[in-house]
Amino acid sequence: MATMIQAIRMALHIGESRLGVTDIFGQDVGPPLGGVFTGTQGLSTAWNTPLDERGVVGTAIGLALAGQRPVAEIQFCDYAFNTVDLLKLAGNTCWCSGGDWNVPLVLMTPVGAGIRGSIYHSHSFDATATRLPGWKIVMPSTPRDAYGLMLSAIVDPNPVMYLMPKALLRVRSEPGEVIPGAPEDDKLLSSMIDAPLGDRTTWRARWPELDVLYVPIGQARIARPGTSVTVLTYGRNVAMCVAAAGELAAEGIDAEIVDLRSLHPYDWDAITQSVRKTHRVVCVNEDTEITNFGEHLIRRVTEELFYELYAPPRLVAGGHLPGIGLADTLETASVPQKDGIRTVIAEVARHEP
Amino acid sequence: MTAPVIRSSSLAAAAAPRLSAELCLRIHDLMLRTRVLEDRLITMYKQGDGYFWIGGPGEEAFSVPLGLLIDKGQGLDHDYLHLHYRSGGTLLAMGADPLDSLRQMRSTVADPYSRGRNFAGHFSVRKWNVVPVTSPIAVQFSIAIGTARAQRAGSGAKGITIVQGGDAGTAEGDFATALVWSSRKGSELPLLMLITNNRYGISTPYAGQHGYDQIAERGKAFGMPTAVVDGNDPEASYAALRRAIDYVRTERKPYLLEAMVSRLRGHSSASGANLVKSEVDCLERFEQTLEERGLLTRAHMDGLRETYTEELALAHKQVRSEPLPAPSSVWDHIFSDKNLVRGEV
Repeated sequence: MATMIQAIRMALHIGESRLGVTDIFGQDVGPPLGGVFTGTQGLSTAWNTPLDERGVVGTAIGLALAGQRPVAEIQFCDYAFNTVDLLKLAGNTCWCSGGDWNVPLVLMTPVGAGIRGSIYHSHSFDATATRLPGWKIVMPSTPRDAYGLMLSAIVDPNPVMYLMPKALLRVRSEPGEVIPGAPEDDKLLSSMIDAPLGDRTTWRARWPELDVLYVPIGQARIARPGTSVTVLTYGRNVAMCVAAAGELAAEGIDAEIVDLRSLHPYDWDAITQSVRKTHRVVCVNEDTEITNFGEHLIRRVTEELFYELYAPPRLVAGGHLPGIGLADTLETASVPQKDGIRTVIAEVARHEP
Repeated sequence: MTAPVIRSSSLAAAAAPRLSAELCLRIHDLMLRTRVLEDRLITMYKQGDGYFWIGGPGEEAFSVPLGLLIDKGQGLDHDYLHLHYRSGGTLLAMGADPLDSLRQMRSTVADPYSRGRNFAGHFSVRKWNVVPVTSPIAVQFSIAIGTARAQRAGSGAKGITIVQGGDAGTAEGDFATALVWSSRKGSELPLLMLITNNRYGISTPYAGQHGYDQIAERGKAFGMPTAVVDGNDPEASYAALRRAIDYVRTERKPYLLEAMVSRLRGHSSASGANLVKSEVDCLERFEQTLEERGLLTRAHMDGLRETYTEELALAHKQVRSEPLPAPSSVWDHIFSDKNLVRGEV
C-alpha cells in the first residue's frame, strides 16, 4: 500500500502528465533530492529554486496569473510566515480585481509536530491559513485522500493550500483505501517510484497506470461512525482520535470522528448532521489554542446548534506556546496526544447538565 | 541630505535622438491627458469625491513612452505589466479611458479595475496583461518572476515581463528576489525591471535609505545590463525603454533600467497632494521644447489643456451620479468558480 508521500507524488505525476501542471518547484524540490520528504522524486517538471520563500510564492502567483498550473512547495510551513503578505495577495487578487483575474495555484507545505522537529519544523499552519480569505485549504489524513485532494487542488481555479501532516507522510494506506491503479505491493511500488540511494542521474520513475480520483474540496469524511460524541478534527489528529475512540468503545462511548479534510470551505452540512445525532462536540487540532480554527467551529456550533447540545463543546489543541520543544517530554506536553484526547472525549460524552 | 549626483554622462539622455514630430505630438498629448487626469483625481479627492489619492504627476515623460512601446494584449505572447500606483500615463498610452480612473476614485460600481474596492491608480486589465496593482510596496517584483518564467527562453512565448517600482521600494527583499531569480545562469528570465527614482520614500530622502548613487548599480552584481535615464525627458525615456525592451525581447534575459523622475504632488493625498515647485516638471519642459521646435504653439497647448480639463469636469459630474456597489457585492468574486463562502454549491 502506498504511503501518503507516495500518494502525493503520484498525484503530482498525474498533474503534470494529464492535468496541465507546468511547474512543481521549491527548495530542493527538483533533482537530485526530489523534496526533503521525497514528495517530488521522478517528476519531469520539478525544479529547484533559490532559498527564498517569497520568491517561491511570488513565482507561483505569477505563473498562475500567466495561465499556468503551478504547484509550489514551502519546505516547512514554519518558513512560510515571511510570505504572509504574498499569501494574502494570492487570496485577494480575484476579489480585488472584481473577478478579472484568478490565481490557480497549489501551495503545499508540511505542517505539525510528531517528528521531533524542534521549534522550526513543528509549527502548525491551519489557524493562519484559515485567516486568509480567498484560499481553499485542505489537509489529508490518509494516502487516498492525499491523492484525491491533490488532484482536486490542481484543477481548482483558485489558490489552494495543501497542508501535509508531516507525521503521517510515511504512514501506509489501510486496507480498502485504494489509490486507483497503484500496485498494492509495497516493494513493487517502491521499486517503481522511489529514487534509489546514491547516484540518481540515470534513474527514471516507472509510473503505474493511475486513474484520476477527485476528493471534492469542501467534503468531510466520517473516519469512524459513532453516536455518543462528535469529534471534529483533521490531519495528524484523525488517527489519534480514531484510536482513542476505539479504546472508549469498551467503556460504552461510541465517538464519531469527522475528518474535515477541507478547512475552507468546510463541510458544515456534515458537521450539522453529526451534531444533531450526538449532541456533543469536541474539536481536536495541533495549532495553538488561542484564535484556533476549532474555536471558530465551536462558536458556530454554539450559535447555530445551541439547543442541540447536551454538553459544552471542548477544544483540544496545542498549548499557546512560542514553540514546540525538542525533548520528547516537551513535544508531547505541547500538542494533543491520544490519551489526552481520550480523556476529553470521555468527559464530554459523560457530561450531565 | 543631498540628492545623488547624476552625472550627465551616465544618462542615456545625452545620446537620445530626436523623435519624429508625429511621435512627439502623440507623446505630448498623452502626457497632457495624464496630467489633466491626475489634476482631476486630486480635485475629486479635495472635493470629497474620493477618500485617497496617489498617482504619478512627474512620471509622465517615462510612463507614457512605456505604454506606447509595450506589446499590448492577453497571454504569453504579449507583455505582462506589473506596474505601481503611479502608472496612469502608461495606462492612458495603452488606450485606457480616463473616465474609468474617475470611477475608481469615486468607488463606483462601474469601476472596471476593482469594482469600487481599491484606491485610485490600482489598475487591473486582464485583456492587456496588466496584473492588479497592489498597495504593498515591491511585491510585484516577486510576482513578476512567475509571468517571466512562463515566457522564458524555450517556452515559445514571444512576450516579456515588465515590472516597475520606486527607488525606496528597492530596499524590500522582493527587489533582491527579482535580481536573483531573473539572472540565474542558464535560467535567465525575460524580465525588464524599471525603477522610477523620485528620490523619496514618502518623506525619507534617497540618501537616508541608500548608500550607493544609483539603484541601477545593483544590477551589475548580477551580470545584467543596466542604464540610468533622465525620466523627465520623454525622448530619452523612449529611446532607453526601446533599447531595454528590445534587449529583453531578443535575448530573453533581464535588464535593469532606472529613470530619474519628479514627484510633483508629493507621495499622496496624505501629504496634501500640493504642487512641489522645486521639482522639474517634465510636461512644462517638453512643451518648451515643442514650442522651440515650432511643433506646437503656447496657445494651442493651452487650448488642449482647457478642452481636456472640461471633458474631465463633465466626466466628474457623470461619475458623481453613478451608483456605488451594492453592499451584498462584497461577497462576489471571493472565488472564481462557485462562491462557497456564500453557500453556492
